[in-house]
Amino acid sequence: MSSPFDINGGACVAMVGKDCVAIACDLRLGMQALTVSNNFPKIFNFAPGTYLGLTGLATDVSTVSDLFRYKVNMYRLREERHIAPQTLANLVSSSLYERRFGPYFVSPVIAGINNTTGKPFICGFDSIGCIDFAKDFIVSGTASDQLFGTCEGLWEPDLSPENLFETISQALLSAVDRDALSGWGAQVYIIEKDKVTQRLLKGRQD
Amino acid sequence: MMDQLVRQYSRSPHQNEFYSEQEQHDLTEGLPPLSLKFSLPPVANHSAFLRAMTDDHSNPNCPIKLAHGTTTLAFRFQGGIIVCTDSRATAGSWIASQTVKKVIPVSRLSRGEDKPGSEPVPGLLGTMAGGAADCQYWLRYLSQQCTLHEIRHKRRITVAAASKILANLTYAYKGYGLSMGTMLAGVTPQEGPALYYIDSDGTRLPGNMFCVGSGQTFAYGVLDANYRYDLTEEEALELGRRSILAAMHRDAYSGGFINLYHVKEEGWVHHGFNDMNPIFWKTKLEKGEFSNVTSEL
Repeated sequence: MSSPFDINGGACVAMVGKDCVAIACDLRLGMQALTVSNNFPKIFNFAPGTYLGLTGLATDVSTVSDLFRYKVNMYRLREERHIAPQTLANLVSSSLYERRFGPYFVSPVIAGINNTTGKPFICGFDSIGCIDFAKDFIVSGTASDQLFGTCEGLWEPDLSPENLFETISQALLSAVDRDALSGWGAQVYIIEKDKVTQRLLKGRQD
Repeated sequence: MMDQLVRQYSRSPHQNEFYSEQEQHDLTEGLPPLSLKFSLPPVANHSAFLRAMTDDHSNPNCPIKLAHGTTTLAFRFQGGIIVCTDSRATAGSWIASQTVKKVIPVSRLSRGEDKPGSEPVPGLLGTMAGGAADCQYWLRYLSQQCTLHEIRHKRRITVAAASKILANLTYAYKGYGLSMGTMLAGVTPQEGPALYYIDSDGTRLPGNMFCVGSGQTFAYGVLDANYRYDLTEEEALELGRRSILAAMHRDAYSGGFINLYHVKEEGWVHHGFNDMNPIFWKTKLEKGEFSNVTSEL
């Protein structure tokens, strides 16, 4: 215990479906055993259909999300277009590696649909920017072991947006119910081409 | 013959209340029958070694992780004693179980069926906080001692005596890394309703109200704010439930099911083992409490 990654708690997961992706996070913010807030979303929007999930140390979650809002805004002004999920992934990777010897204690996850190709994209990172490309799902946070289990068990290829929502929701809720440091409600985004659905999940409150 | 009968029945009525010298010797000088059977690690100083291996406060990388994290409470009121616990067992942040029974009936007579709402069962209740194995084992050992007491003396043990057996035991093992915080509750003819707190440091305290475990502060908060000695039975049960609910909500290491018991003169009555989640949402939506929790986007 007392690793910076485990102080505040939290979980995040992204999944690929057929022509859609989903990303979900829990809502807890704690200080060790004490739950301070049950309304601390960990997913941030950076372009239409492009989302970044951040778990780990809460102060770094806020700092890093603000840093990328600034960097992505500058990108948009310079390029006069929205950032693609792949481009965001490279930006996150190189920005995190700039802090190689004093990293931000976060484990980012990206989910989005590329606006030009129309293809779903997800990836995850370690705290110093190594990209983990995946065709199925990405997990992060204090419940990541549990999430690997539920995702391996529930995920299948080519899920429809409705089934993808059901799958990612069950995977997240089941995982956080076995982790003391995450849970207390969850948020889910289902991203399709030209359409994003956001839902709040009522989780167990213990 | 007549003389013998007269002698037999003319003893003062309370003569049997006292222990003979031999009985006193057996009770106070005898070693716990199990104490020498535990194998100890083959090192010079086992208590220091055990502490290094099991105490994750001084050594976060200690190889033996004990199950910790709990909220338990018990309080005395006009109608007896309420005992209430959560049901979560954790090892680090991993939730090992959500269905632990942290209230343990102590004494031979209470080994029967444990159906909610059934007839009162005579005997004491013990609660479990800290190491699950330590609590289970030593409360079972206590149960054995209480049963032996019952057979030897033809009357049930007092809560004071039972708690002292446990406290002497934990004191004998002080420094060996036992981890337990337990409450003993019971009603006896000699004492009336009695409540004791015993822990692995060897502490033994009588009292009206105790909360034990990682969620104790949250439970005390609700309990202190709403406690009165003249609570009705209904109110007291609800207060126990509500205090545990608050602790389960705020404390990461407490949760699962609410286990509620009422100890009264005739014995203890079980008032259910209920999932906290439906109770939580009912409390929030019907009574408007827990307004900190978001229920809409």
